[in-house]
Amino acid sequence: MITRFLWRGMDRNLRLFVLLVLALGIALPVLNQFVPPGSALHVPSWVLQLVGKYLCYALLAVAVDLIWGYCGILSLGHGAFFALGGYCMGMYLMRQIGSRGVYGNPLLPDFMVFLNYKELPWFWYGFNHFWFAMIMVVVVPSLLALALGWFAFRSRVTGVYLSIITQAMTFALMLAFFRNDMGLGGNNGMTDFKEILGFSVQADGTRAVLYLVSALALALGLVISAAVVGSRFGKALTAVRDAESRMRFLGYRVEGYKLFVFVLSAAMAGVAGAIYVPLVGIINPSEFSPANSIEAVLWVAVGGRGTLIGPVIGAFIVNFGKTWLTGALPEVWLFALGALFIVVTLLLPKGVVGLWGQIRARSQARKARASA
Amino acid sequence: MKLGSIMRTGLVAAGLLAGAAGSAFAQGAPIKVGILHSLSGTMAISETTLKDVMLMLIEEQNKKGGVLGRKLEAVVVDPASNWPLFAEKARELLQKDKVAAVFGCWTSVSRKSVLPVFEELNGILFYPVQYEGEESSRNVFYTGAAPNQQAIPAVDYLMANEKVQRWVLAGTDYVYPRTTNKILEAYLKQKGVKQEDILINYTPFGHSDWQSIVADIKKFGSAGKKTAVVSTINGDANVPFYKELGNQGIKAKDIPVVAFSVGEEELAGIDTKPLVGHLAAWNYFQSVKDPANEAFIKTWQAFTKNPKRVTNDPMEAHVIGFNMWIEAVKKAGTTDADAVIDAMIGIAVPNLTGGISAMMPNHHITKPVLIGEIQGNGQFDVVSSTPLVIGDEWSDYLPDSKDLIADWRKPMSCGNFNVVTGKCGGKGK
Amino acid sequence: MLFLRQLAFLLSTLASVLIAGTAFAADLPALVGGLTAGSFGDRETAVGALAASGDARAAPVLEALAAGQLYVRKSDNAVLIGKPDGNQLALTEAITGKPAGSGSEAGLDRVRVNNRLRGIIEAAVGSLTLMSPDPRVRRGAAEALFKRRDASSLGALDTALAAEKDPRIKRSMSEARAASVLASDAPTAQKLEAIALVRARADRDSLGVLVATAASATDPEVKAAATAAAGAVRQTLAAWEAAQNVWYGISLGSVLLLAAIGLAITFGTMGVINMAHGEMVMLGAYTTFVVQELIRTSAPHLFDVSLLIALPLAFVVAGGIGILIERGIIRFLYGRPLDTLLATWGLSLVLQQAVRSIFGSSNREVGAPSWMSGAFQLGQINVTYGRLWIVVFSLMVFVALIVVLRKTPLGLYMRAVTQNRPMASAMGIRTPRVDALTFGLGSGIAGLAGVALSQIDNVSPNLGQGYIIDSFMVVVFGGVGNLFGTLIGALTLGVVNKFLEPYAGAVLGKILVLVFIILFIQRRPRGLFALKGRSVE
Repeated sequence: MITRFLWRGMDRNLRLFVLLVLALGIALPVLNQFVPPGSALHVPSWVLQLVGKYLCYALLAVAVDLIWGYCGILSLGHGAFFALGGYCMGMYLMRQIGSRGVYGNPLLPDFMVFLNYKELPWFWYGFNHFWFAMIMVVVVPSLLALALGWFAFRSRVTGVYLSIITQAMTFALMLAFFRNDMGLGGNNGMTDFKEILGFSVQADGTRAVLYLVSALALALGLVISAAVVGSRFGKALTAVRDAESRMRFLGYRVEGYKLFVFVLSAAMAGVAGAIYVPLVGIINPSEFSPANSIEAVLWVAVGGRGTLIGPVIGAFIVNFGKTWLTGALPEVWLFALGALFIVVTLLLPKGVVGLWGQIRARSQARKARASA
Repeated sequence: MKLGSIMRTGLVAAGLLAGAAGSAFAQGAPIKVGILHSLSGTMAISETTLKDVMLMLIEEQNKKGGVLGRKLEAVVVDPASNWPLFAEKARELLQKDKVAAVFGCWTSVSRKSVLPVFEELNGILFYPVQYEGEESSRNVFYTGAAPNQQAIPAVDYLMANEKVQRWVLAGTDYVYPRTTNKILEAYLKQKGVKQEDILINYTPFGHSDWQSIVADIKKFGSAGKKTAVVSTINGDANVPFYKELGNQGIKAKDIPVVAFSVGEEELAGIDTKPLVGHLAAWNYFQSVKDPANEAFIKTWQAFTKNPKRVTNDPMEAHVIGFNMWIEAVKKAGTTDADAVIDAMIGIAVPNLTGGISAMMPNHHITKPVLIGEIQGNGQFDVVSSTPLVIGDEWSDYLPDSKDLIADWRKPMSCGNFNVVTGKCGGKGK
Repeated sequence: MLFLRQLAFLLSTLASVLIAGTAFAADLPALVGGLTAGSFGDRETAVGALAASGDARAAPVLEALAAGQLYVRKSDNAVLIGKPDGNQLALTEAITGKPAGSGSEAGLDRVRVNNRLRGIIEAAVGSLTLMSPDPRVRRGAAEALFKRRDASSLGALDTALAAEKDPRIKRSMSEARAASVLASDAPTAQKLEAIALVRARADRDSLGVLVATAASATDPEVKAAATAAAGAVRQTLAAWEAAQNVWYGISLGSVLLLAAIGLAITFGTMGVINMAHGEMVMLGAYTTFVVQELIRTSAPHLFDVSLLIALPLAFVVAGGIGILIERGIIRFLYGRPLDTLLATWGLSLVLQQAVRSIFGSSNREVGAPSWMSGAFQLGQINVTYGRLWIVVFSLMVFVALIVVLRKTPLGLYMRAVTQNRPMASAMGIRTPRVDALTFGLGSGIAGLAGVALSQIDNVSPNLGQGYIIDSFMVVVFGGVGNLFGTLIGALTLGVVNKFLEPYAGAVLGKILVLVFIILFIQRRPRGLFALKGRSVE
C-alpha cells in the first residue's frame, strides 16, 4: 500500500527521472569497478566521488525545494541541517579511527588530545555505534527544525523575516561550531577518517558503495517528496503557499502543515550531509556558512523551483560548472558563476526545467499550427 | 591570458636555451606542477601572492632549462577558500592532471582536508606557512615554521630584552593559536611565570570590533609589571586590531605586541606609523640585507610589474621548497613520488637570509628565527636573530606529544614514533 | 612669564655646560658617536651617559634616534639626522644642527633602535626637556617620567618643579616626582605622601604605579598604604568601566547603523533583498583608497581632507552603480522579492571578483587623517577620535536621510511609490525614475558608509561580506521599512553586544545576540517598530 502511495505521487517524467538516477547510480560504479582502467568506458574513481558529491547536493536541493517550491518558505539556513547531519556522521567516523590517530589514543580523537581533554564529552557517547549515529543524522536536524519551526510558525513569522531568522540560525551555529570549546574540532572540524562499518573509506570499493548509496538516497528523496506533494496533504500545502490567510480562515491548521514539511525537509538535508561527509572526507564549520545555504537556494532557482526534477538538474549544473571553471578559469570563474545566477533569474524565472517546458510548448504550438 | 603569456615566455626562454645548449633540453613532455592556493574567498588575500610566486619560480626555472631536460608547467586551480573543495581539487590535480608535486594550502584546515588525499594517492605537497606542528606526513614537506621556530624564540626575546613579566596570549579561535598558546603557556610556566600573569583571549575569525579587547589588554597591562601581547590573530582581523591599538595609543614601549601572523603583506594595508616598535617573529623579512634576497625582490617586483610589491615569509618558504624539490628531482633523476620523497631528506639549499636551509628527516626544515620591529614604512627592522633552528613537529611542551618524533628515513619511516615505547603509532598502550 | 622660563632654561643649560667645563663640550661628539656603534646594550649605556650630561643639544639627537632618523654617513662616518623629504632625506649635522645637504638611504647607515632603547630614550629626553619653553613638551616629558618611574630623574624633576609656573604642568610634574620617589629609597613619610598624590590621579597608569609599589615595598606601612590606594583606584575605574562599555556599544552600534542604513532603503522600503549591499560599501571604501592614492602622488598637502573629498565621490560611484543595477536587473524583478536575492547574490560575486581583478586581492592602505587619529580622555573613558567621528557621521547621515525622505519632493515621491505604486503612477509620478533614484540613494549611502568603514576595517574585496548579515539583522530587528527602527535596532544590538562581551567573550557574545534576535522575532514577528496597515502583508 505504501508503495502504491509512493508510486501514485509521481508523474511519468518523474518516474523516468528516478529510474535515470538509479541507472546512473548503478552504471558508474560498475564502469569504475569492472571495466579495466585502460578502456574508454572506464570511469576513474575521482569522477565517481565527484558525482557522488553532486548527488548529495542534489538531495539537499530537493529538500530546499520541498519547502520553498511547494510551501513558499524560503529557508536561508538549510545548510545548517545538512551540516548537522554531516557532523553526526563525522562523529561516528571519528570514533571509528580508534587508536589509529596520530597520538594513538584509543578513546579520544586527536583534536581532543591536544586540547587536553581528559575524557570524552557526554554528547559523544553512542556515536561509536553506526545505528545510533544514523538515528542522530535524522533526529538532530529534525529536532532543530521542529524547535525553530514550532516557535516561528506559531508566531506567524513569515516571508523575509523567516528567511532572515533561518540565516541567523545557521550563522550562530557556524560561530558556535568554530569554537574549540564545543568539543567538535573547532575550525578544523573532523577529517582523516579511516573506516566506515569496517571498510576503509579510501578503498575504491567503499567509494563505489557510498556513491550507490547517495544515488539511492536521492531517488528515495525524490519519491518521498513526490508522494508528499502529490497527496491531498500536498494540495493543501500548495494552497498554503499561495494563500495562507485564506487557508487559515477555511479552518486549516496552517502551522501544522508547514511544520511537517519543514521537519521532513530538514531530515532530508541531514541525510544528504551524512552521505556527503565520507565521500569528501571532511566536515567543518564552514559548511554552516550562510553563503552555502544561499547557494543551495540558487541550485533550486537555476534548475526550476516548484518542480522535483529542477533542483537535481540545478545542483548538477552549478556544481559541475564550479568544478570545471575553478580548474579551467581559476582567475575569472566567479564572473561566470555570478553571471549565470543573474541570467537565470532574469531570463529563466522558472529555471532550466521551465525553459524546456517553454520550448516544448512552443514546438507543440507550432505543430498545432502546422496541422491546422 | 596572463598564464598563457607566462607560459609563452617560458617556452621562448626554454627554446632559446635549448638552442644554445644543444639538444639535451626540452625533450619529453613538460613536468606538471600543481598550485593549490585560494584565488577567491576569504583566504585569497594571502594566498594569491603565493600563486604568483610559484608562477614566477617556474618561469625562472624554465629560463634555466627546466629540470631533467624537461620544462615545467604550472597547473593552477582555485579551491576558493572552501575546505572540501581543497580536497576535491587536490584529487583532481593528482589523478586527472597527474602533477609531480603540489605547492599549496595556507590554513591548517585546508592542509588537514587534503592530507588524506595526498597520502592515498601518494602525492607530494609543499606547505609554506607557519603552523601549529603536531603533524608529520610522509607526503607533506613543511617549509613554514613550527612553533619552536617562531613562538618560543619570540617569547625568549621579550623576556630577555624587554623584561616582560605579564603575558596576554591573544588569538583567533582556531587550531594554530590554540596549540601555540598551549605550548607557550607550558613554556612560560616552566620559566616561572604565574598563572595570574597570563591572560588568554580568543576571538572569532574576521573579528572587526576590537575596542573591548584592546581595553582589556590595557587593563591587564596596568598591574605594575611589564606586559606584552603575543598575538596569533589571523590575517584579516589584524588590520582592525592594529588600527584600534594605534588609536587607543598603546605604544610599543608600553605594551609591545609580538605577532606570528603579521608580515609585510598584512602591513601593506595599514598606516604603520603608530605601530613602530611592535614586533613580529618570522624566518624571513624583506628588509634582510642579503644578495640572494635583493635579487629575489628585484625579480619579484619585475615579475609583478610593481616596484612597491612586498615579499614575505611564506613566499620565502615556497622559494626554499621549490628549490629543494628541483634538487631532489635532479638527485633522484625522476619525478616519481617515492624516489623524490626519499631524495628530499638531506637536501640543502640557500635560503634568502644568508644561510642554508636543509630538509630534515621529519620533513621540516632548518631556519633562522628573526625578530623584527615594525617600522614607519611598513617594513621590519631585525632586532634579534638566532642560528638555524630545526623544526620540531612534536612539541616538547605538550604532555601527549613530548615523547613522539618523526623520522621518514628507512627503516623507521614513521611520523609519530614513540621513543618511550619504541613503537610507531603515537602514545599507544 | 615665557621670557622668564626661557631665561631659566638658558641659565640651566649654561650652568650645566659651565659646571662640566670646556672638556665636556668636546665630549659630546664622542658621546654621540657612542650611540652609533656596538650592540643595543652599548647604545643603552651611551644614552644614559648623554642624558646624564644634561646637555640640551643631546635632546634632538636622542629624539632623532628614537624616531629612527639618526644616520651614519658611510663615506666619512659623520653622524647625521635625516628627515624624509620626498624620496630623499634632508640631512643635518646631528650635534650642530647645520644643514648637510640631502642624500638617499643607500649612502647612509641607519642607527637601529629597539623598544627598550626607545623607552630609555624617552625618559632621557624627558629629563632633558623638562625645562623646554614649549608647555606641551614639558607636560609630555612629565608624563613620560611618570610612566618611567625612575629614581634617577628626581633631580631633574625637582629643578623643573621649582621653575614651573603652569599649575597643570606643575601637577603632572609632582605626580611624576611622586612616582619616582616610590621607585627610590626615600623615607617612609615621603613615600606615603607620594602614594596619596598618585592615588588622587586615579587612572590606569597610577594603578600600575601603586600595584608595583605594593609588590616591591619592604616597609609594611608603605605596602599597606599602596595596597589600599590601589584598591580605591580599582573601584573608581570599575565605575568608569560601565560607562566605557556604553560608549563602545554606541560606537559599535553606529558602525552597524552605517552599514545597515542604506539597506534600510533598498531592502526596507523597496523590498529588494539586496545581497550586493555589502559590495556597495566596499566600493565606497575603494573609492576612498583611490582618492587617497591620487592625493598622495599629486597633492600630499590635501591628505587631511581626503575623506571629505572621498565622501561625495563615493556617494556618486556607489549610487551610480546602484542606478545601473536597478535599471539593468532589479526593475525586471519587482514583485518577485526572492528572485532579487538570487540576482543580487550573483551580482555580489561579480563585483567582488571585479574589484579583485582591478585592485588585487590583498588589503589596501587607507590612512587616517590627523583629525581622526589619536584619542582623548573623558574622565576615565578613552575616546578615540576615529570612533567619535564615525558616531557623529552616522548620525549626520541618518538625519540627512530623514530630511530627504520627509522634506523633499523626491522623498515624497519615494514614499508614495513604495506605499502605493499604481496610485502614485496614476497621480503622474514617473515610478521607474523614482525606483532608480531610490535604489541609487540606498546604494550611495552604502558608499558613504564605505568611506567611514575604511577607517576601521580592512579595505579588501571581502569587506562587504563581513557586514551583509549584520546589516540584515539590524534592519529586520528594527522593523522593515522603518528608519527609526534601524537606528534603535543598531544601537541596541551594539550596546547589548558590548555588555555581553566581557562576560561571555567575543564569540559567545555574538552567538547570544543572534539567538536574542531569533527569539525576539518570535515575540514581534515584524521587528521592533512594525509598520501598521495592509500594505505590509
